[in-house]
Amino acid sequence: MNGIVAQWQYASQIMPSLLLGLKTTLSLFVLTLIGAIPLGIVVGLGRASRFKVVRQILGVYVWIMRGTPLLLQLIFVFYGLPIVHIVFQRYNAALFAFIINYAAYFAEIFRGGLQSIDPGQYESAKVLRLTYWQTVRKIILPQVMKIVLPSIGNEVINLVKDLSLVYVIGLGDLLRAGNVATARDVTLLPLVLVGIGYLLLTAILTFGQRKVEKHYSYYK
Amino acid sequence: MLALKAINKSYGKRLILKQLSLTVNDGEVLAIVGPSGAGKTTLLRCISGLEPIDSGEIDLNGQPFDPYRNQNQDSVIGVVFQDFQLFPNLNVLENITLAPILVLKQPAATAKAKARQLLSRLALADKERLYPYQLSGGQKQRVALARALAMRPQVLCYDEPTSALDPNLRQEVAKMILSLKADGMTQIVVTHDLAFAREIADAVKHVTAL
Repeated sequence: MNGIVAQWQYASQIMPSLLLGLKTTLSLFVLTLIGAIPLGIVVGLGRASRFKVVRQILGVYVWIMRGTPLLLQLIFVFYGLPIVHIVFQRYNAALFAFIINYAAYFAEIFRGGLQSIDPGQYESAKVLRLTYWQTVRKIILPQVMKIVLPSIGNEVINLVKDLSLVYVIGLGDLLRAGNVATARDVTLLPLVLVGIGYLLLTAILTFGQRKVEKHYSYYK
Repeated sequence: MLALKAINKSYGKRLILKQLSLTVNDGEVLAIVGPSGAGKTTLLRCISGLEPIDSGEIDLNGQPFDPYRNQNQDSVIGVVFQDFQLFPNLNVLENITLAPILVLKQPAATAKAKARQLLSRLALADKERLYPYQLSGGQKQRVALARALAMRPQVLCYDEPTSALDPNLRQEVAKMILSLKADGMTQIVVTHDLAFAREIADAVKHVTAL
């Protein structure tokens, strides 16, 4: 009985530092999505475009981003780029690396979605004299969104967990806060709490994903 | 009146249309028949502006007219596609009013009122809130027709209007085309069904594979 009370006391003692770490994780999460999703749509449109040079340049970008470890990219941006006089703050380095990495994954998802739309949709829009952008906005993107939602949701959940990699450049995120407490106090509890934190986050995201997919289920 | 004079069209090295000429008079129905691979659909795509012609001339009411580069906001040529190509993310009413609102700049209320008139004429009055996946093939075709008509085209084209439908709907399609003809609509119907062509058309144009 005494033990349980002590555990609770200890948990509430370390909670402020865990919450501080959670705040870093959450703000990186939100800002990465705000940057990476629009960038991913633009790159995806470019990857599906009829201009070969654009397709090829973006192809190399996607290849590099998906072909090297995210951890390497983080280290490269924060520890590597200062050698050529490009210096980022820790937080900005993490944000930059995550945005360009996730935008590449999103771009491939959007490209696949765009290419799965029947070309006849563009043609029927054309004989109705809609412009290209009217067609994209009113007909193509709404259909692409519905197609890509499950894959986007998957990546978004991956992002929450991938963000724990920022420990390598010394950012105090949720995992690092727990790790510090465990090392200092020789107890498993902080890591268990961190695990519960991630589970709660992904549960909320899964719930949100289901809501959005339902919103798009009014047609087939 | 729509007139095509000595049209040539090839894809790469393959010649599809060679020195093709035809005329459709106002208010008439022209059927274009021929075996598959004869270039019927290509011809329709050239007329509706989805493909550029290589050479030749297209005249509309005596004036030279390039459907491929036409910048006129009036939809001169309307098309009912073989597979209809309704927009699955929009309901029936939105499918019909989208272009009149965005392209013809009609106020939404006007566009809706006109769409409802078309729908009741085509026996779809109670279907305006449904999405394309909830419609039968024949209903989809009539929505596609209403969508094309809402743009007030001068010429209306159909690509194989009977082929995606139940055979017993063939008569319905014929009735629909003839009823529009009674209103003075100029129509071009691509079909491989010669009997159907004779039933609906004032003139039949045969095309053959080259």
